[in-house]
Amino acid sequence: MARPKLRRKPRHHEKRNWRERLVSVCYLAPSVLGVLVFFVLPFLVVIVYAFTSDATNLDFVGLKNFEAVLSNAAFKEAAKNTATFSLMAVPLAVGLSLLLAILMDAKIPGKSQFRTIFLSPMMVPVASIVLLWQVLFHYNGVVNEITALFGITKIDWMKSDYNQLVVLILFLWKNLGYNMILFLAALSNVPKDVLEMATLEGAGAVRQFFYIKLRFISPSVLFVTILSLINSFKIFREVYLLTGNYPYGGLYLLQHYMNNMFRNLDYQRLSSAALLMAIVMAVVIGLLFLVEYRYGKDVEE
Amino acid sequence: MRGLRKQIVTILLLLFSLLLAVAFLAPTVLTIVNSFMTEEEITANYGVIFGTGQTTTDAQGNTRPVTTYMAERVNLKLIPDMVSFSQYAQVLLRSPEYLLKLWNSIILTVPIVVFQVLIAAFASYSLARFKGKIKSVIFFSYVVLMLMPYQVTLVPNYLVSDWLDILDTRWAIILPAIFSPFSVFLLTRYMRRIPSSYIEAAKLDGAGEWKIFTRVALPLCRGALYSVTILVFIDYWNMVEQPLILLSDVEMHPLSVFLSEINSGEVGVAFAVAVIYMIPPILLFLYGEEYLEDGITYSGGIKG
Repeated sequence: MARPKLRRKPRHHEKRNWRERLVSVCYLAPSVLGVLVFFVLPFLVVIVYAFTSDATNLDFVGLKNFEAVLSNAAFKEAAKNTATFSLMAVPLAVGLSLLLAILMDAKIPGKSQFRTIFLSPMMVPVASIVLLWQVLFHYNGVVNEITALFGITKIDWMKSDYNQLVVLILFLWKNLGYNMILFLAALSNVPKDVLEMATLEGAGAVRQFFYIKLRFISPSVLFVTILSLINSFKIFREVYLLTGNYPYGGLYLLQHYMNNMFRNLDYQRLSSAALLMAIVMAVVIGLLFLVEYRYGKDVEE
Repeated sequence: MRGLRKQIVTILLLLFSLLLAVAFLAPTVLTIVNSFMTEEEITANYGVIFGTGQTTTDAQGNTRPVTTYMAERVNLKLIPDMVSFSQYAQVLLRSPEYLLKLWNSIILTVPIVVFQVLIAAFASYSLARFKGKIKSVIFFSYVVLMLMPYQVTLVPNYLVSDWLDILDTRWAIILPAIFSPFSVFLLTRYMRRIPSSYIEAAKLDGAGEWKIFTRVALPLCRGALYSVTILVFIDYWNMVEQPLILLSDVEMHPLSVFLSEINSGEVGVAFAVAVIYMIPPILLFLYGEEYLEDGITYSGGIKG
């Protein structure tokens, strides 16, 4: 993502260089100051909390809080569920929206109407999505009515082992549209002459896709992956509204764990859990950037 | 022969797209359709799910259990028995609390969106145009911060609000949200694609830094600015966690929270509120849909 250079540095022009530096600092300052005050500095306090006994005495206890969190059954369950969900949701969101983009890139009539329709779930308020999902997946809901026709016994979806699947469908329904739009924009930016050349050399559509298009859109793949990862955490909103503080089995997410720690005023454990999650996320993002950098470095945008 | 095969493929793709479109559109359509049903019809359709033995009062003032209307099974209808605006009347005329909550949503969301995008526009321009080690570190930290679920920033958020003494005021929600790294990340992506030749040309014409920013960079990123605005708006328009934690005064809660707390006896009203709540995002969306598709517009037709 950090590839395309905007301009060469004007080393020759001392005065301009100085002024540009001033401008760059001034423009960036409000954002950086705000982020420092509202996110970074308080996060340092969180780090202190994570290593101390309680908020008033601040006795250093080393890794005790982390040990407590890591050996906690609820945390392990929550971490497992969150990881499982994101590992399913993100690749599916990226893959399916790319397929959708390819479909919309084909020559079919009414494309722009389809795009609008695929984007429409974005506008439905979270709370009414929750209402609808209850209509669909309730024990007496629509899905059970349909499965009953095929002789499958009714289940309460949100309280079954399939509840992650229900949320996964919701997640995909909500997010595929916008991801598709991003991929469509990227696909339209793949240089036509390169594709024509490939056609002349006898490369089929599939080869063209994997060897040319995918490389050119790799920054967008990274971008959509990051967005999907963010959104896979945001699905907590819907899960929370659907199932409350203590959902059944697979839907007990890290966010539930942290929320409940917060309500129990257990800042030490909450801080340790938050810190652990931050470290894991930093590693994941670093890896994603690295992969994209390796894969797409020999093509220019 | 080839032409025929192509046509068949097109028709199959079209059919498949139509099928998908129905699936994508169904929940939205259902919300709208349900909002035009009477409470009785809603109960008749979904009583099995939401009905928990409430009672209604009819015109004569007799209280009857709702169960008399209740169907054995859920009933999904695409056309109401009778198009009724009674739910809307209920929301708009008889229950001022909905309008109050809608107002709460507006005064929370609008400042957040305006200032977040404004600050992000400056920051992302700086990050994209002027490079350096520090800038890369800042950018990477923003990405990591942006990925943190709200629950990770929950304690920091709470602490700062406490220090600044803004807990239980709207500022506790608005201020941190203004500095959210999300739109900086999005905009930087587009700002980086502005061809350097444009900036060099502006310089040769004697444009100062401010002019380059406002007359070259911002207009080129108009589409990106617009799509970021829509995304940020939709995100905060639907916020749930922040008000629950930072605003103990329920009176100040936005409609997004209130909507999720409407009890099951008012499902019909909930659908009507949902439709009203959808209007601002839809307007934003209709106004700028083409911008969503290509975040950046090159007026000169030069590819980046």
